[in-house]
Amino acid sequence: MEKRVTFSRWTIGILFAVPQLLLIFTFFYWPAGQAVYWSLTLQQPWGGGNIWVGLDNFRSILSNADYWNSISASLIFAGISTGLAMFIALVLAALTDRQLAGSRLYRVVLIWPYGIAAPALAMAFRFILAPEAGFMAVVNQVWPGFWDPGLDGTDAMASIIVAFSWKYVGYNFIFFLAAFQAIPRSLIEAAAMDGSGVIRRFWDIQFPLITPTIFFLLVINITESFQDSFGIVDIMTSGGPANATNLMVYKIYSDGFKGLDYSGAAAQSIILMLLIVVLTIFQFRFIERRVHYR
Amino acid sequence: MVERTPFLNFFTHVILFVGFVFCIAPFVVVIIAASHNLKDVNDVPMSLLPGNDFWLNIKTAWTTADLGPKLLNSFIMAAGVAAGKVIISALTAFSIVYFRYPGRTFIFWLIFVTLMLPLEVRIVPTYAVVANVLSPYQTILDITGLTWLIEKVSGVQVSLSLGLLNSYTGLILPLIATATGTFLYRQFFLTVPDELTEAARMDGAGPLRFFIDILLPLSRNNMAALGTIMFLWAWNQYLWPLLITTDQSHATAVTELKQLIPNVGGIPEWNIAMAGTLIVMLPPLIVVVAMQRWFVRGLIATEK
Repeated sequence: MEKRVTFSRWTIGILFAVPQLLLIFTFFYWPAGQAVYWSLTLQQPWGGGNIWVGLDNFRSILSNADYWNSISASLIFAGISTGLAMFIALVLAALTDRQLAGSRLYRVVLIWPYGIAAPALAMAFRFILAPEAGFMAVVNQVWPGFWDPGLDGTDAMASIIVAFSWKYVGYNFIFFLAAFQAIPRSLIEAAAMDGSGVIRRFWDIQFPLITPTIFFLLVINITESFQDSFGIVDIMTSGGPANATNLMVYKIYSDGFKGLDYSGAAAQSIILMLLIVVLTIFQFRFIERRVHYR
Repeated sequence: MVERTPFLNFFTHVILFVGFVFCIAPFVVVIIAASHNLKDVNDVPMSLLPGNDFWLNIKTAWTTADLGPKLLNSFIMAAGVAAGKVIISALTAFSIVYFRYPGRTFIFWLIFVTLMLPLEVRIVPTYAVVANVLSPYQTILDITGLTWLIEKVSGVQVSLSLGLLNSYTGLILPLIATATGTFLYRQFFLTVPDELTEAARMDGAGPLRFFIDILLPLSRNNMAALGTIMFLWAWNQYLWPLLITTDQSHATAVTELKQLIPNVGGIPEWNIAMAGTLIVMLPPLIVVVAMQRWFVRGLIATEK
């Protein structure tokens, strides 16, 4: 879409864009380029500049079992937490959209979790799910040794999934509810007059009409699970036990800043960038479908 | 609803209520745990009746993690990011919507691409840039030979250096460098009727006048929505502040939470940890509750 009426003094026009361009050049394009450069070179330990090593960094990362472990942990985390957060939010939004008494209260309260910082909610869940105090301790008293995120990788993974899903249920809920409310009432009423029940109307009218939102949220949730998980992992498990929750962004951080392996961290960043770009392109293919319904 | 469905209505109420309970339970647990003394908070099961030590725990958490200055830092960072976003995005959107100049589409895509890669994935090189924010320009001068030229001509060795670690600027600027808000404004500017622009031009208003006196007042709703979202987003940042505030003086409240994780060995001080968590989660929660309308609107609009 283009404006018909515009201003002719285009030098002024460019000036308006300059602050933004300077910012994204300095803090976006330069670092992104730098990451590519670092990933293809190796910094010498005693200075003296970087030496070109081609794809060696990628080769050594991709042949490292720890890295594959980190990828699979990230995918498990992304898959389960996205599924959980979206399914719960979809059910809650569909039911809230029925607008029974009290639905306004739910509309207000259910989005609170999304406002909370990931580390703060991670702290809360660290207590709630702690093996020796809090609530899982009760379970541990009945079955001793049942739950210990500090020692058992599966328990640790479950903890961070619960914490992340709790936050993103609120996020997904907002979008699902908006999508449901955008469906014209007349459609629902017409279907009801034709004799279809609530469940039938959901599957045959509402669900098809919100599929664009579902695709959109699917991509957003997966990308957020790559980035927003850092605070949760750092506070709840620090990547442990035994790397069970060493998600990709956390590994970039610990390799780059704790291990000071810039080249390795940069190569990992590039792989993660590619992953996210592929996901985003995938999303744009579905944007057309979203617009189609309008 | 359209018809009477008593069974389904009952089912709806039950599910929604369960969802509601799961949603607020963590908040309630945090508040109750923050009110217990050391012994009670470690009781299994912990009593769900509030204890008496609420203010004492809050005070201890406040002093242990030094939350006063940290909250102020968080506030400065969040307000800075929100204000910067609101202003810079408006300028950029105005430029790409209301002007025709060569390379406009290119600039549009240049900005658009930044939506794809969040700060978290390019964290290492961004850190290096912030350590000396002029290094990109120094490198460009070096590579193009301008450093050499300037040295020959004036005898001055150019070495640009400006470190932004442990500064508010370093906290704020990289968080502004994305396109989120630009497209929110662009979407809105495209809906502003052309007649308005024509009328303004006929009355002799230049672009600057039109922008300040007509476009900005019309975008107040967008500014509120974008400001709210960006404030929350910046307040909740963790990885970035953690990296660049190596010095305590610029640490934010969210990064300070780590200080309160109870250490292994001894009885864990969960009551203090929960009191600190409560303090840190309260400001964004207040913003969400008070600005709910803008929050929801901004969230849905910025992601489109």
